[in-house]
Amino acid sequence: MTTESVALPQPQQRRPGGRKLSRRARRELAAYLFISPWIVGFLVFTAGAMLFSLGLTVFETDLLTGFKYVGLRNIVRLSKDPLFLKSLGVTFRFVAMAVPLEVIVALAIALLLNSDKVLFTGVWRTLYFLPSIVSGIAVSLLWLWIFNPDFGLFNYLLGLAGITGPRWVYSEQWAIPSFVIMSVWGAGGNMLLYLAGLQGIPTALYEAASIDGANSWTRFRHVTIPMLSPTIFFNLVMTLIGAFQVFTQAYAMTSGGPNNATLTVVLYLYRKAFQQLYFGYASVIAWALFVIIMIFTLLMLRSSELWVYYEGEVRK
Amino acid sequence: MGVLRRGSQEVTARVAAAREVRVRSWAHTFWNLALRAFWTAVAALGSVVFALPFVWMISTSVKPRWEQLVMPPKWIPSTFVWDNYIEPFRTRPFAAWYMNTLVLVVCNVTGVLLSSSLVAFAFARIQFRGRNVLFLILLSTMMLPGQVTMIPVYYMFSKLGWVDSLRPLIVPSFFGAPFYIFLLRQFFLTIHPELDDAAEIDGCSLFGVYWRIILPLSKPALGVVAIYEFTYNWNDFFGPLIYVNTPSKFPVALGLRFFQTRTDPQIGQTMAMTFVSIIPVLLVFYLAQRRFVQGIVVSGVKG
Repeated sequence: MTTESVALPQPQQRRPGGRKLSRRARRELAAYLFISPWIVGFLVFTAGAMLFSLGLTVFETDLLTGFKYVGLRNIVRLSKDPLFLKSLGVTFRFVAMAVPLEVIVALAIALLLNSDKVLFTGVWRTLYFLPSIVSGIAVSLLWLWIFNPDFGLFNYLLGLAGITGPRWVYSEQWAIPSFVIMSVWGAGGNMLLYLAGLQGIPTALYEAASIDGANSWTRFRHVTIPMLSPTIFFNLVMTLIGAFQVFTQAYAMTSGGPNNATLTVVLYLYRKAFQQLYFGYASVIAWALFVIIMIFTLLMLRSSELWVYYEGEVRK
Repeated sequence: MGVLRRGSQEVTARVAAAREVRVRSWAHTFWNLALRAFWTAVAALGSVVFALPFVWMISTSVKPRWEQLVMPPKWIPSTFVWDNYIEPFRTRPFAAWYMNTLVLVVCNVTGVLLSSSLVAFAFARIQFRGRNVLFLILLSTMMLPGQVTMIPVYYMFSKLGWVDSLRPLIVPSFFGAPFYIFLLRQFFLTIHPELDDAAEIDGCSLFGVYWRIILPLSKPALGVVAIYEFTYNWNDFFGPLIYVNTPSKFPVALGLRFFQTRTDPQIGQTMAMTFVSIIPVLLVFYLAQRRFVQGIVVSGVKG
């Protein structure tokens, strides 16, 4: 400490007055040089690409033979496209089931593992977390076998409980719930976030509540939930954004079927763009999805003022 | 006598009270133990449910064919069949797919580590005009769904003639990823700035400070980024699906698709290869479990 307080004034002494500004300018230049990869990436892969994508919405193109200006016809057509409306319904259905379930299951497991009544928490935590790091196609193949109506694990277990299981991904009604079950299986990542949040709650708050006569439910309701609300909010937003983009299961397990019961928006977008080469039309779908996700994120942000508690924040 | 009796009464009362306390504490201990056993059993049961699909996968992969379609299922096969693990390597270019994924992962991890840490260093350590605005832009792109930029980026790579190669899946990582930049910046901020000052006074350049001071001190955070990027690339399906067409150039995730058919007669092979495909991820998780947890804590709580 002492050496530094002696050393610190040195560069100012060394630096002649005239070059003071140039040193700052050099540092700024260096900074821009350092962030230049991201700046270039942002301009090309994000900002430029978004502008281009927005432009594409008024064209019809396969990206190979040219661009045909069609004005707003793409947008009009999309608003009447029965398959797109169907895909919206499918996606909303998935989001409405998967997001609350995933958030609640993850929270429940985290509360369980955070309890001092549970022994060997490290082992259980690993097992709960493991499925969440394996994702995508491997999970799809594995669950396709588990959901096999005749020889799969799921219907076997249901059979043990005396229930005749449905035909899962092969049934129009149960295909989306099957995907929901799969995403709940991957709730381990969210669980870890909750655990971290729970461990960050000062024990003094619980002690104070106990002295004031709070029972365990009151403590949960008035200490745990408010203190955890930022984490819940973060998980909710991230899970929601992810759920709207559901694709791999629908592509690999059901190909959108049966009878388009799993035709999600991103799957429809993929088909329009990369299988049928209607890139203009696909861009409209992409923007529609983007706007929907934005609206939901903003709504959540708005609602967060009502229920998310940030420490150090002054209530109005 | 009276005194004595009173004394003995007092003693009896005290003994009784002590016994009562002991009994109550015994009951309490018992009750506590029972509660612990109960909640531990609940946690264990839940985690068994979560682990069961993996067990099912491995069990299927070593079963002879006739036992795969037996109800109730045999968890431990009568004879172990290893052929499911050998045959796919003969009939499909599975080894090549593995190598492709390895190339993908190594390049991406390198790219992301170099670019993101450099950008994060500037955001964390250097004062420059527009820093706050730029950082705000960076944060706002963090949650951007990829679909809006996907088609133009595809168009660009197709104009470069890079479609049907791994390049479109590698090159973007050298331009920094917002999430990692944010994560690393948060970590760099926890390193004491006096270290930089001291190094600069000793004649270290800004790049020197980044390379010799900040990076060596940030190994935990860099590890987190590496692990995330590794898992992400290993699991990524959509990117390869769009860009790679020739089977010999596939990464594992895309190749696995060949094993999926509606009425699968080769479920043993499918499960074996699914297992083989996730082994690296499981291995990395096993070796770096603490980092995994750390990273999630850092990114989540401060996010």
